[in-house]
Amino acid sequence: MTDWLSPEEWTAVRLSLKVALVATSASLLPGIAMAYALERGRFWGRQALDVLVHLPLVLPPVVVGYALLLGFGRRGPMGSLLAEQFGVVLSFRWTGAALACAIMGFPLLVRAIRLSLETVDRKLEDAAGTLGAHPAWVFFVVTLPLILPGIIAGMVLSFAKAMGEFGATITFVSNIPGETQTIPSAIYTFTQVPGGEGGALRLAFVSVAISIAALWMSEWMARRVRRRFLA
Amino acid sequence: MAHVSIRDVRKSFGSVSIIKGVDIDILDGEFVILVGPSGCGKSTLLRMIAGLEDITAGEIRIGSRIVNDVPPKDRDIAMVFQSYALYPHMTVAENMGFSLKLKGMPQVEQKKRVGDAAASLGLTPLLDRYPRQLSGGQRQRVAMGRAIVRDPQVFLFDEPLSNLDAKLRVAMRAEIKELHQRLKTTTIYVTHDQIEAMTMADKIVVMHDGTVEQIGAPLELYDRPANRFVAGFIGSPAMNFIEGCLEQDGLALPSGTVLPVEAQLPVARGSKLTCGIRPEHLQIAPPGTPGSIPATVAVVEPTGADTTLIVKAEGGHLTAVLRERSTLRPGEAVALKPAAHQAHLFDEQGGRIAAA
Repeated sequence: MTDWLSPEEWTAVRLSLKVALVATSASLLPGIAMAYALERGRFWGRQALDVLVHLPLVLPPVVVGYALLLGFGRRGPMGSLLAEQFGVVLSFRWTGAALACAIMGFPLLVRAIRLSLETVDRKLEDAAGTLGAHPAWVFFVVTLPLILPGIIAGMVLSFAKAMGEFGATITFVSNIPGETQTIPSAIYTFTQVPGGEGGALRLAFVSVAISIAALWMSEWMARRVRRRFLA
Repeated sequence: MAHVSIRDVRKSFGSVSIIKGVDIDILDGEFVILVGPSGCGKSTLLRMIAGLEDITAGEIRIGSRIVNDVPPKDRDIAMVFQSYALYPHMTVAENMGFSLKLKGMPQVEQKKRVGDAAASLGLTPLLDRYPRQLSGGQRQRVAMGRAIVRDPQVFLFDEPLSNLDAKLRVAMRAEIKELHQRLKTTTIYVTHDQIEAMTMADKIVVMHDGTVEQIGAPLELYDRPANRFVAGFIGSPAMNFIEGCLEQDGLALPSGTVLPVEAQLPVARGSKLTCGIRPEHLQIAPPGTPGSIPATVAVVEPTGADTTLIVKAEGGHLTAVLRERSTLRPGEAVALKPAAHQAHLFDEQGGRIAAA
């Protein structure tokens, strides 16, 4: 089964999946919290925060990668702090690739959750309050189930973004086979060397297959959730 | 059960004042309806009682407790919303048992309480369904059931019947009233529909523009409206208003008719007054009858039980409701005679002066 992809290609596929899964799951909770804060919160600087979160959507990915390099690189303020205090190194590591992918996918995740939060009938939450529910309980029992389709959609978008992320990743963590070489960087490398067309094509097919599978799975999950929870 | 007292309550959003000092006393077990046109602040006031809106100034008590700073969950109330606010991801039984589950009541007890409430509302066969599988009337009943199961000190209803069709609304009206007679829980009910208010309430609070215009029993409001606003708002078809001028021998109307009034009025002769006459207090008389208002028939609306007649008279249209069937046709000349001592007089500010 493994013989139609070379070991290097398999490594890139496995790494891509790992990076995308870690990036998506790590940004899930902050994403929900951010969407809730931006949609419901009334605090000073909310608009500025909104802009900041959405910045990766409009900035050139290379700029985001460079900013990460400045901030989270070995000598960057965050990077040196993390390295000294926790022994966590991000630059030129797969964890750095996951961070870059998470940041690039974050606005998509937040947007999707926020849109579904917007459609939640506030009266449902009000009613829970009048029936004796604590606000935290209201969130977990009423709000969260209602925004589940939005959360699923956001996770799929974030995952897809991570699978395809190139500019920020290559700028921040370079293109090291086995460590930071994800499918897009591997395809890029293949296209740069003579005779690499086969590998590029095979990885492109894998990429398409993973994307279709992700879309199909999200549709299936969203439909299940809708059927279970919503009209 | 508890009494609710509202003392000089105010609400503003920024510089916009929505509730401008409201005092209402709601007795233990009373069914009180807040009624008024949209934008009068009645729903905001209800949400303030529920704790869903902050109170800018004043004091709200439920029982002996000041609840201004008590969160909704601790006010021991249950609210029924216009949109029903049922949880789409929960079955009817789960929706109804929501508050019991929160209290941590044992499953068996929960099931019994929900079962009893469902039985009393005719919902037993629907307990396993989801809200989306129910009709509007059924959803309304589930929302009521959810409130009943909580067994609160006070029920709050926010326009609960507005999303139902006319026929169902009449049926649910009777059901809610019957429910209140059975449970005797203090109830505060908001509606813009004065017929709902008249038919269901022990006491009506008429609100307008953030203030209370009048508080009283339904028929008291109907028979003795405190001002022109209440007079015009309560009653359907609405009261007729005719501008007139107070003269020596009575109130002179634009048609030349002079309406006899009480000898002792607290206003000077020559004052401009408004005379309010309910449609059922106008009777058809042969043209030329002394004290009658000459008019031309504009529209005849037979409803079966009675006939509504809209006529053109000097100074505007008038509406009369006749108990008998009418053979009048549009364009015919008629005269309308106000029934003796059934007219209301209002001064230029709209305040009630006396009955004519």
